[in-house]
Amino acid sequence: MARIIGGVTTSHVPAIGAALDNGKSGEPYWKKVFDGYEFSKQWIRKAKPDVILLVYNDHASAFSLDIIPTFALGCAAEFPIADEGWGPRPVPKVIGHPELAAHIAQSVILDEFDLTIVNKMDVDHGLTVPLSLMYGQPKEWPCKVIPLPVNVVVYPPPTAHRCYQLGKALRKAIRSYPENLRVVVFGTGGMSHQLQGPRAGLINSEYDRKFLELMTKSPNKLARITHLELLRETGSEGIELVMWLIMRGTLDAKVREVHRFYHVPASNTAVGHLILENLK
Amino acid sequence: MGSPHDYDDIPGTTVFDAQRARQGYHLNMFCMSLMKAENRAAFKANERAYLDGWPMTEQQKQAVLARDWNRMIALGGNIYFLAKLFFSDQKSFQYVAAIMTGKTQEEYAQMMLQGGRPVRGNRYRREWAKKGGKASKTRADSHG
Repeated sequence: MARIIGGVTTSHVPAIGAALDNGKSGEPYWKKVFDGYEFSKQWIRKAKPDVILLVYNDHASAFSLDIIPTFALGCAAEFPIADEGWGPRPVPKVIGHPELAAHIAQSVILDEFDLTIVNKMDVDHGLTVPLSLMYGQPKEWPCKVIPLPVNVVVYPPPTAHRCYQLGKALRKAIRSYPENLRVVVFGTGGMSHQLQGPRAGLINSEYDRKFLELMTKSPNKLARITHLELLRETGSEGIELVMWLIMRGTLDAKVREVHRFYHVPASNTAVGHLILENLK
Repeated sequence: MGSPHDYDDIPGTTVFDAQRARQGYHLNMFCMSLMKAENRAAFKANERAYLDGWPMTEQQKQAVLARDWNRMIALGGNIYFLAKLFFSDQKSFQYVAAIMTGKTQEEYAQMMLQGGRPVRGNRYRREWAKKGGKASKTRADSHG
């Protein structure tokens, strides 16, 4: 049966991708960010996932204002890299796992989570920056990736509670897949940041650190956080943090925190990163 | 405009809800068209002519031509769509954030290096009203 090895949370700041792509990762400003992922690269090399289920948000790249799915699942065999305005990032194309994705879609929809099935989709920095942080700059990504984009662009995103519950349904879906696959789930975005208007630049480290703490020990508390609280306390874009709850829902109630990193700033954003493992 | 929302009392913040998505539909879709290299070239060659190909309001077009980011947000623009425009200009999120907050690039970068804009003093509109509509900019003045 497929097995969930662990979960990763990480911010997905586009400037981190640009720093790596433009050979600036050794500069003092960026080195402080990348150093926080040195352990993580070792960890994922050892964890050797066959598939990553990657929860992220599309930033007006695949989905325009024409169609705005709240939860979608990438079921394609491959996903091209989006051109976000400066040309596509120079990273390998993303290879999907259509069989597992179809199984997940069927399982969670019958479990009353009505995902949108997507068979053609470009993927943007929201998905590729986390892969770059965990794997560096390989010629090909070493595993398959199932993208799970969540709408956090047009308000309201799904609630934290709904995200946490979806995670639990995904867990059931993955664990009922008959092939022996090692699966790692990523929940990306956050932490506190606001990119727009006169309040841009907002950072709330105290809130972020508490959030990191509760991810391991009390995800139930995080699942009760309202959108209003996230907007006010973590900035208009900090609301992306709801996506972390999807990842957390796929793991056991009790988990081991094997890595934690927090750093301000990467461009406009507080970078938060966790690696959690199921105990057995 | 429209019904009141619980998030209306957050200062300096425009929540991009479904109503704003309607208001800014053509502005945002124009921005998204810049994801294609040939469209970027056409826009750069003659911005006004390219904009006239879109059923945007004149105000929206003027805001784009002036790269008035706060105005574009006020007219229904969303930052992730506007990103296609400033990426086409070879500018970053941080460059545009500095402009939207009325700071120089250096001042804004320095604020971020010092831990960002603090949440204290920046949660409610009434907190800004006391200071004549200004944000708390530094950790020091948020405690003052």
